[in-house]
Amino acid sequence: MADPQFVRVAERHRAPVAIVIDGRPFQAVAGDTLLTALLLAGARVRVAEFGPGDRAGFCLMGACQDCWVNLADGTRTRACTTPVADGLSVLTA
Amino acid sequence: MSEARIVIVGAGPAGVRAAEALVNHGLAPIVIDEAPAAGGQIYRRPPAGFARPARVLYGFEAAKAQRLHAAFEALRPRLDYRPDTLAWNVSEGSLWTQRSGTIERIPFDRLILCTGAMDRVIPLPGWTLPGAFTLGGAQVALKAQGCAVGRRTVFFGTGPLLYLVAHQIAAAGATVAAVLDTSRARDSWHALAGLVAVPTTALKGAWYQLDLVLRRTPWHRGIRPLAVMGRDRVEGVRFRDANGTEREIACDAVAFGYGLKPETQLAELAGAAFAYDGAGLWLPRVDPAGRLAPNVYAAGDGCGILGADAAELAGRRAGLAVAADLGRTVPPREIAGIERRRSAIRAFRAGLEVAFPTPTELAATLPDATILCRCEGATVGALRTVANHKDAGEINQAKALCRVGMGRCQGRVCGFAACQVLAAARGVSVEAVGRLRAQAPVKPLPLAARLP
Ligand SMILES: Cc1cc2nc3c(=O)[nH]c(=O)nc-3n(C[C@H](O)[C@H](O)[C@H](O)COP(=O)(O)OP(=O)(O)OC[C@H]3O[C@@H](n4cnc5c(N)ncnc54)[C@H](O)[C@@H]3O)c2cc1C
Ligand code: FES
Repeated sequence: MADPQFVRVAERHRAPVAIVIDGRPFQAVAGDTLLTALLLAGARVRVAEFGPGDRAGFCLMGACQDCWVNLADGTRTRACTTPVADGLSVLTA
Repeated sequence: MSEARIVIVGAGPAGVRAAEALVNHGLAPIVIDEAPAAGGQIYRRPPAGFARPARVLYGFEAAKAQRLHAAFEALRPRLDYRPDTLAWNVSEGSLWTQRSGTIERIPFDRLILCTGAMDRVIPLPGWTLPGAFTLGGAQVALKAQGCAVGRRTVFFGTGPLLYLVAHQIAAAGATVAAVLDTSRARDSWHALAGLVAVPTTALKGAWYQLDLVLRRTPWHRGIRPLAVMGRDRVEGVRFRDANGTEREIACDAVAFGYGLKPETQLAELAGAAFAYDGAGLWLPRVDPAGRLAPNVYAAGDGCGILGADAAELAGRRAGLAVAADLGRTVPPREIAGIERRRSAIRAFRAGLEVAFPTPTELAATLPDATILCRCEGATVGALRTVANHKDAGEINQAKALCRVGMGRCQGRVCGFAACQVLAAARGVSVEAVGRLRAQAPVKPLPLAARLP
């Protein structure tokens, strides 16, 4: 996986939350959004439908809709406004 | 007498103060907000369990943030507050909402829209690469998630948020690789006459700039951004400095923006008329009390960017207008006090526009291959082609032909620049190409959304 995009600079002491990114376990913490978790794990949310390249969110406030991501259960969610929850499984490829 | 049903959209500074004014007059509004907690953008509250004190989160604005949050908590028992709820349509006297996949129609007697703003964006080559964010986005990452958007971040664009967010990131211990401002130092001097109208705010802005200097952060003014560089993700920024020299700075993230842009989609669906502001934005027309259309009011940055203090005043003013329109007695002195404070802020904001002018010409000079609409992957060249060869002279017509502004965000992000590109290609004024029309739902609904 690519080097993480985000760097955690504060609020490190929170309860762990176990999610799954592209089949691999990742430990987020309570209060992370799914976008934060994805960008602490790598640098991609999805491959753009209308090219080119990967996308990794843009506005972080629910406005640009750049961060929609596929969940393993076949639904989609807006990563920057979705909190992580134990067992959440996402597919970025 | 059955009580009038009043609905407020937005629990930022404007929405909270509107709710407070109504409650003070014995009215109990419904307050809808997409966010999980009240506070809006500037006073956004981090999730439960975060430990940083208000002083760290909100800096100079900590006291105001705490006052607003406390005011809202005190109102809670009198409100029907619905967080995590998207308002996605206004039609025939009803507001349509969606929460956790459940859709609801809320008929209203009065509606107050306090929908706020987002970053004003001008695309450039490379801006869709992972690692490129808005200035506001970089701030959300820090404030609400405790994260820096990169290890070495270049901040560029213009406006107060440029300096504020760079300062906050540096203070949090992450590296600010550079601050690149399209405005020039002399713009600030020309703006002084306006800026002194609210001297404390002007001084805070000056402090953020001084802080950059003290930290020896590379800082350029009068720049023109040329491209965000990188193959698969952000690796640097190329820009032209004030002397005309092209330079590059290596980084792994960029945060950029050129001021803010009001969220006007619901106002439009509610029947607002719009006026061109002369500088690229179309603003919903409201009277001084915030009346927008029959039974619909609006307040705060959603009507034009005046900042958080003005949003609190406008929210209160709109709440009082609803109370008065429902037959409550509102003392004229109270209104006069609000108006006095608002006019000082207007003078200050006019100064900010002079200090940090939006470089609108940037969009018109973008290379054809630049992605303009990041939702649809549509390029600047595609828009120019329909402008020149298909005779599309109006932005909605051009959108239908080349898909710019047709994606999931409804042109929130690219609309500002798209109008500039189209106007330049047609050789007409930006006003003449019109305004991207909003459609319901104003934001995407989950596929499975259903009526209860
Ligand atoms: C990301 C960002 C960061 C900012 N940071 C600062 C800062 O640090 N300092 C500063 O001085 N100014 C900042 N600003 C500007 C400042 O936020 C505004 O001037 C101020 O918040 C305006 O208040 P408001 O009540 O009009 O809108 P906002 O505070 O933006 O509140 C609007 C509210 O409406 C809600 N909303 C909007 N549309 C809908 C909908 N369809 N359905 C449901 N809810 C909806 C939003 O969730 C939000 O809570 C920032 C702006 C942005 C966009
Ligand atoms: S990053 Fe813009 S909507 Fe999520």
